[in-house]
Amino acid sequence: MAKNGGFGNEPDFDFNRVAGIGKKVGASFLHRLRWVGLGLVLLLAGLTTYYQVEPEEAGLVLRFGRYVRTTAPGPHFMLPFGIERVLKIPVERQLKEEFGFHTTRADVRSEYGRDENDERVSNMLTGDLNVAVVEWIVQYKIADPYLYAFRVRNVQATFRDMSEAAMRQVIGDHSVTEVLTVGRETIQSKARERLQELCDTYETGIRVLQLVLQNVDPPEPVRPSFNEVNQAIQERERSINEAWAEYSRVIPEAKGKAEQAIQSAEGYATERVNQARGQANRFLALQTEYQKSPQVTRSRLYLETLGAVLPKAGKRIVLDQDLKGLLPLLQLGSQEK
Amino acid sequence: MSRLFWSVTLVVAGLLLLFGSMFTVMENEQVIVTRFGKIVRGPIGSPGLHWKQPFIDDVLRFDKRWLEWDGEPNQVPTRDKKYIWVDSYARWRITDPVRFYERLRDEGPAQSRLDDIIDGEIRNTIASHDLIEIVRSTSREFEKGDENEDRVVNPGDFKVELGRDELTRIVLHKASDITPEYGIELADVRIKRINYVDSVQVKVFDRMISERKQIAERSRSEGQGKSAEIRGKIERELKQIESEAFRQAEEIRGRGDAEAAAIYATAYNKDPDLYQFLKTLDTYKATIDQNTSVVLSTDNELFRYLRSDK
Repeated sequence: MAKNGGFGNEPDFDFNRVAGIGKKVGASFLHRLRWVGLGLVLLLAGLTTYYQVEPEEAGLVLRFGRYVRTTAPGPHFMLPFGIERVLKIPVERQLKEEFGFHTTRADVRSEYGRDENDERVSNMLTGDLNVAVVEWIVQYKIADPYLYAFRVRNVQATFRDMSEAAMRQVIGDHSVTEVLTVGRETIQSKARERLQELCDTYETGIRVLQLVLQNVDPPEPVRPSFNEVNQAIQERERSINEAWAEYSRVIPEAKGKAEQAIQSAEGYATERVNQARGQANRFLALQTEYQKSPQVTRSRLYLETLGAVLPKAGKRIVLDQDLKGLLPLLQLGSQEK
Repeated sequence: MSRLFWSVTLVVAGLLLLFGSMFTVMENEQVIVTRFGKIVRGPIGSPGLHWKQPFIDDVLRFDKRWLEWDGEPNQVPTRDKKYIWVDSYARWRITDPVRFYERLRDEGPAQSRLDDIIDGEIRNTIASHDLIEIVRSTSREFEKGDENEDRVVNPGDFKVELGRDELTRIVLHKASDITPEYGIELADVRIKRINYVDSVQVKVFDRMISERKQIAERSRSEGQGKSAEIRGKIERELKQIESEAFRQAEEIRGRGDAEAAAIYATAYNKDPDLYQFLKTLDTYKATIDQNTSVVLSTDNELFRYLRSDK
């Protein structure tokens, strides 16, 4: 009625007339309002009926709170006015949780921090009752959006609890040496399996893609002694290697020398045999001829030899065969040429 | 005017009545309906649209999902008198909202009841077992990083009878005996964290350090021992190789000598006299040089012709 206020300025106020006009104006106003209202309702219907699911998401449609269908990415329609509502869950997104540290700035060169809470997460007992500091990450995906949305409250916190429990259990079954060195692969895969089991038990709808151990260290105060062990092992390897190096230097050489000695002995033997054969054959040849005329040959050989030998001798003394006892008088040894 | 008024009023009243008598149950909810505080309809678990008496009926909603329970870290002594912090968690859900509502009203009191029940059971269980039973799950043998590890720590100390899984199962079992009376189901109780209390931790660190030092010491002396062993081996093999070679060489030489001797003997045996003669001549050739004085008697064959009497 306030809209009709302009008419109130009429000097001769006729209520009936005003009322009449009022009625007329009111009717047309109501008439118009109906269209506006209808328009608004349609607009609202349009707005509440259309929705879009992003490529990485799945849309869960609830009718009066009851789950009715899951829709794929793309534009969709549903019943308006909140009769149906949609819950969008990022099923294709790879999600990541960090344990024992947190990324303070994710960039090409990310920065990481550790606060008191992280320390509580990463300090754990190993199976031989030692302490290790273990940092790890878990990458996961929402495999079942229905379970993820409706079966567990506060899935993320639950997931973190499960991950810690799983990791501690696995670490608790390995020695500190295994945790720090040889067991990393096994620990990763066992923890991943356990975590997945827990995820399935609690119907989280989460699939664990990867569980990766990050820094795994002994606690700060004992770190130097662990390094000492590594050093000592290095030292041991080194001295053993050095000894083996000496071995492989010395032994092959000795083997070579041994072979040489044997070869040389073979050579000697062959030489001896050949010499013997040669000399024997020479002797036999000579002997064959000798037998034909022994006297002559014998004399010839003897005289030839003396002929060759005597000129070389420093002193030649000829004694009569009857002369005896002269020999001691000759100063044989001291005689120079 | 009055017609309009009444029709509007009627529509509004109708709508109020309609909205007042319907309610939705979400996928993750379960409800009970009370009238003046009295439960009139037991748990409605199926989601969707439901009807009630307008205005006088109240709808109480309860979560149907797995809910968290996260215990406060507790300082507990184990049977072997080691003080540890234990931080556990559990998952539970309201299985009987009627009973839950009657006994606990809502989740706040439920959490504190769970604190009492689970914390108590965990304490009892831990206090009646050795620390190792809570830490380990199986008695699997540790893989050895270095053989010295094994000599320093005794692997027999780390065998378990039950293990963590079994202990948490005991806790879950005992706690689950109690929770149904509150309309609660426990899915799982798990130990999230175990840590030594600070004063024990210091001692553990000391022990770890001394263990490592022992291992290091052993490694070092083992290195020295091994290398001495290798050097000994070198010496032994060297002697063996050299003596073997010597033996073989001598044998070969001997065989050569023997064969040569046999050849000589066969040949010279044909005429030993000639051999002796020739050998003597050779000896002359070999021995007489400028330092030799030769004394010859005239009865020597060489001088046969110098003698007048013959």
